[in-house]
Amino acid sequence: MQKYIKIPIFFFCLLPILIIFYQIGFNQLGPEPVKEITQATGIWTLRFIIITLAMTPLKKFTKLNFWIGYRRMFGLFVFFYASAHMMIYVGIDYRFDWSSIVDGIFKKKFIFVGFLAWLLLVPLALTSSKRMIRVLRDKWKKLHKLIYLISLLGIIHFLWLVKVITAEPLIYLVIIIILLMFRFKMKLN
Amino acid sequence: MKKYKHSEITPEPIYNKRRKFIKSIGLGVGSISLSSIPFLNNAYSQNKTELTSYEDITNYNNYYEFGTAKKDPFKNSQEFKTKPWNVTIEGEVDTPITLSAEEIISLFPSDERVYKLRCVEGWSMVIPWMGFSLSKLLNKVSIKNTAKFVEFESVYDPEQMKGQRYPVLNWPYKEGLRIDEAMHPIATVVTGLYGKKLPNQNGAPLRIFVPWKYGFKSAKAIVKIKLVKNMPTSSWMRSSPREYGFYSNVNPNVSHPRWSQATERVIGGSILSPRIETEMFNGYGDEVANLYSGMDLKKNF
Repeated sequence: MQKYIKIPIFFFCLLPILIIFYQIGFNQLGPEPVKEITQATGIWTLRFIIITLAMTPLKKFTKLNFWIGYRRMFGLFVFFYASAHMMIYVGIDYRFDWSSIVDGIFKKKFIFVGFLAWLLLVPLALTSSKRMIRVLRDKWKKLHKLIYLISLLGIIHFLWLVKVITAEPLIYLVIIIILLMFRFKMKLN
Repeated sequence: MKKYKHSEITPEPIYNKRRKFIKSIGLGVGSISLSSIPFLNNAYSQNKTELTSYEDITNYNNYYEFGTAKKDPFKNSQEFKTKPWNVTIEGEVDTPITLSAEEIISLFPSDERVYKLRCVEGWSMVIPWMGFSLSKLLNKVSIKNTAKFVEFESVYDPEQMKGQRYPVLNWPYKEGLRIDEAMHPIATVVTGLYGKKLPNQNGAPLRIFVPWKYGFKSAKAIVKIKLVKNMPTSSWMRSSPREYGFYSNVNPNVSHPRWSQATERVIGGSILSPRIETEMFNGYGDEVANLYSGMDLKKNF
């Protein structure tokens, strides 16, 4: 039964990128299209981070296991949107001008933490399969704790790039801190 | 000198004569208003830069008094009242005066000034403003020798301007220029856009435009011009002194602490449009570089 629900949920997760393609095709992105799609993919990365982090607390609250079955899929969508975000920046915004890009990474802190967050997602994506869980066992658990650091790097990336701090980044900050506190509290208990 | 193409308005022979004319009269700072020279402000093309569309100019704005999203100023300023409107010129002057916006617009005839706007965020537009040199307005009063800077103050009206109910910036919006910068012929009082009345979201009824500096230096909806002895602290300087300096000249070599200023995106481009290299003084180096000779522009950012 659950397998059949997973399929429509999978397509809902793809919706943001499908909407972006539609907007590109029908010129609905406004005067700064590159900035729009960079921001959209960035915000969805953060949203999927929040969704992924919420799975284990939801399991503890509802005492139902099925949430964990979705955690990997949502986690992979974090990597998907983070990669789209990064590739838009590198390929469309800076058009593979490596000297500008590398310069940015090492000189501008918001770009550095953004890239670091993406880089740390790579081993998580590569070891997401059931086989990897079996092979790595305890090491898998330790490795995947990186998501906590990644989520903090993600929200810091957001806070460091906005010109003025408005409600939006603060709301994400608060939600992520609450979710991290839940996990921390759960660990202590 | 960078100017921009405006359809087919400038015939070649007139453009060619323009440079000769300026050289022959030995244009000095504030000595002659550019707008008195015929066809001067009609542009010629440089690279492939063309005018930004009226739609983009009037729907993509940073005007935090009306909200921080780019669409907010258009959405929230439609009911904004720009009449009656007074501008005072005060401070280190012999006799302070108050003029209405209407008086100012009729006293100082505007003509088209096509200038590039470079936002500190890293995007730019080419805008056909209507306006006249700020020096003309300033010379309406007798300025004392003690005046070294000009401070601009924008309107404070949280009732009509929703954004001013939040301390996103220090209100009212304040900006400033050194007196020689303010007296420069291309420092403009803007009265219109695309030959029409200036829309509310672009700073109606009167705004300043300083083409060689980042866009935030160009205060909108001004109500007060004050001649002062000491360097004024602008709203952005107060908000983040490490990031926004007094001069804020467009300079690809001096990056914002958090992002680079080496390149910019031209508004209205497609998704495949490349970034362009930012030019020193936004391309107005010929006109204004001499104001800063000998100055360390990294220190005085």
